[in-house]
Amino acid sequence: MDTAALWGAVIGIGVYHGLNPGMGWPLAVSSALMERRRSALFRALAALAAGHFASMVLVLVPFSALAALVRWEREIRLGAALIVIGMGLFLLIDRRHPRMLSRVPPSRLALWSFLAALAHGAGLMLVPLYLGIGRIGAAEGGHGAAASLLAGNTGVALLVAGLHTAAMILAGGAMATAVYLWLGLRVLSRSWLNLDLVWALSLIAVGALGLLGAWHG
Amino acid sequence: MNLRPDPTFYPSARLAMEGPVETLAFALMLSPDGSRPDGLAVVDVDPASDSYGQIVHSLFMPNTGDEFHHFGWNACSSALSPLTGHAFLERRYLIIPGIRSSRIYIIDVKDPRKAKIHKIIEPEELFARTGYSRPHTIHCGPEGIYVSTLGGGGKDGTDGPPGIFIMDCETFEILGRYEMDRGAQDKHYDFWWNLPRDYMVSSEWGLPPQFENGVVPEDLLSNRYGHAIHFWDLRARRNIQTIDLGANHQMALEIRPAHDPAKQYGFCGVVVDTETLQGAIFTWWRNDDGTFEAKKTVTIDPVPADADDLPDLLKGFGAVPPLVTDIDLSLDDRYLYVACWGLGEMHQYDVSDPMAPRLTGKVEIGGIVARTPHPNGKAFGYGPQMVEISRDGKRVYWTNSLYSTWDDQFYPGEGGAAMVMARVGDGGGLTLDRDFWVEFPEGYRSHQIRLEGGDCSTDSFCYPSA
Repeated sequence: MDTAALWGAVIGIGVYHGLNPGMGWPLAVSSALMERRRSALFRALAALAAGHFASMVLVLVPFSALAALVRWEREIRLGAALIVIGMGLFLLIDRRHPRMLSRVPPSRLALWSFLAALAHGAGLMLVPLYLGIGRIGAAEGGHGAAASLLAGNTGVALLVAGLHTAAMILAGGAMATAVYLWLGLRVLSRSWLNLDLVWALSLIAVGALGLLGAWHG
Repeated sequence: MNLRPDPTFYPSARLAMEGPVETLAFALMLSPDGSRPDGLAVVDVDPASDSYGQIVHSLFMPNTGDEFHHFGWNACSSALSPLTGHAFLERRYLIIPGIRSSRIYIIDVKDPRKAKIHKIIEPEELFARTGYSRPHTIHCGPEGIYVSTLGGGGKDGTDGPPGIFIMDCETFEILGRYEMDRGAQDKHYDFWWNLPRDYMVSSEWGLPPQFENGVVPEDLLSNRYGHAIHFWDLRARRNIQTIDLGANHQMALEIRPAHDPAKQYGFCGVVVDTETLQGAIFTWWRNDDGTFEAKKTVTIDPVPADADDLPDLLKGFGAVPPLVTDIDLSLDDRYLYVACWGLGEMHQYDVSDPMAPRLTGKVEIGGIVARTPHPNGKAFGYGPQMVEISRDGKRVYWTNSLYSTWDDQFYPGEGGAAMVMARVGDGGGLTLDRDFWVEFPEGYRSHQIRLEGGDCSTDSFCYPSA
C-alpha cells in the first residue's frame, strides 16, 4: 500500500469507529436529552473524542519508540501484526462485554471512552497502518540519527491518532446529531447492529495486512 | 446473541407505550401449604383469541415449598444503555426465585406456550456465593442481573444483613454481593434505580422470622418492621443516604421511580401506619445537590368494622386497615395504582404532580369485610394485590394473594387464586372487565404477573421520554 492509501485507511477506520454505537455516540444523544440542551451533545462528543484520542496515543506511542530500532523493523512489524491478530482472535472467542466498563459512572465520559477503546483494541487496529506509514517516511527521509527518528515517529503517531480521532468524532457526531435533531430515539435501537463479530474480524484483517506488508517489505 | 437489539427493548418509556399490545401474560402460582410444586401460568390476554383469559400453558417445578413471589426478565430495555452496550441480549428467560426455599429457576420462554426450565440454581450455591437467602426482586442493570434478598445467612436468615447480589445475564452464574458499603441498611425488600443518573433506591420489609410464619403482631405494634428507604450510588455500590419514614410507617415496600430518567422522583408504598392504621404513599425526590428527601403524599383511611367480621389479628382494632401491599406506575408516569389488600380496593391516582396525587379511579373487589364479588358474580378471595399495567397504560391486571402465611392470618380459610383486569378510561377512571377472569388450578394461589415484552415494573429506560 502507498502512503495515501494508508492515511485513507486511518480515516476510514476512524469513520467506522465513530459510527459504531459501542464507541459512544449514543452517550452524546443521551446527554443532550437528559440536560435538554443541544450544547450538552457537543460537550459529550468532546469528552468522547478526548478519551478516544488518549487511548490511541497510549497504544501507538510505544510502537513509535520501537520503530526507532530500524534494524529490527521487520520483526517489529511482524510482532505488531501478530498482536493485532491475537486481539481479534481473543474478541472472537470471548464475546462478553468487558465488565470494568460498567463500573464507570455516566458522568465520566472521557474515561469511559478511553477504556472502551482500550478494551476493544481500537488503538491496535491502527498499529499496522501506522507502522506502514512510518516505514515509508523513514525510507524517504533516509537514515537519520536515532533521536530525530524517534521524535519524527512520535509526531507521526500523534498525527495518526489525531486524524483518526477527528474522523471518528465527526462520523459519531453526525450520527448523534442526526438522531437527536431529526431521526429520534427509535432509530437508535433500529440502527444498532451487533458489530462484535465484524469488529473482531476487522482486527484480524488489519493484522493480516500488516503481516503481509512486513513479509514483502 | 442477536444481530439487532431485541424488538421489545425500547430507548424510552414513551416508545415502549407505542409498542405492540401484549397478547400473553405470565402469572406465578404457589401451593400455599407446599404440598404441590409451584408453577408458572401462561395466560392468553389477546381478546381476539379463542382462549382469551385462559391458561394456555402451565409449567410446574420439580420441587415443592419454593413459595414463588416476584420474578423478572434476564434482559429488558436497560440493555440499550449507551454505557453498558449489552444491546444484543434476548428477552427470553424469566428468573423466578423461591422466597421460602431460596432456589432460583431460569425459565426459557422463547416459545411461551412451551416454556421450559433452562437452569436451576440450588439454594446452597446462593448461600455459598453471597451469604444471602430468600431472593426476591429482579432487575437488569450494569454488570448483570440484580436480585434483592430478604434474608442473610443461617437457618433463619438472620446471620448478617440481607442485600443484593448480581448474576451474569448470559450464564446465570451468581457473581457475588453488590454492596461495598451498606451503611444503615439491615433489612431489605424492593429496589429500583435511575440508570443515567446512577442512583438506586431500596426498601425494607422485615427479617425472615418476622414474615415466614406469618406477621408477628408484637413486632408490628412495637414498630420493628422496616420503615426506611435507602439511596445508593449505583455504580460505586455505596449507600449514600438513608431516610427514616418514621417508625410508625411499618413496611416500606414497593419502590416505583418515574420511568422517564429525566425525572428524579418516585414513590414508595407503606403497608400500615401503626398509629392510625392508615396506608400511605411517600413521594421521594432528588435535589440538585444530590441529596434526597421524602414526604407523605397519600394517606388511605381504615374502615371501621364489627369485631365479629374481623380475623383474630384485627379484632382488637375494630377497623380494617387498607394494607397498601403493592403499587405500580404507568409508563407515562401519570397514574399510580395502589392495591389496598385489606380493604379490597384498587385505587388509581393521577400523579402528574407527584407531590399532590389525586384519586381518579377506584375498583372495589374482595376485602376482609367488604368481600365484594367480581362483576361476573364470582367470589374474589383476599384483596387486590400484585398489580401490573400494560405498556400502553390502558389495562391493569392484578392477582389476590399476598404471602401464604399472611393470607391465612388476614383472610382465614382458603380464598383461591384470581387474576382480573380493569380498563382505564381516557381521562382516568378504572372499570373491571367482566369478561376477563382466569381460572387457576384448584388449591393454588396467584402472585406476580409479568406481561409479554415487558411491563411497567420490569423495564428500566436509559433515555428520556421527551
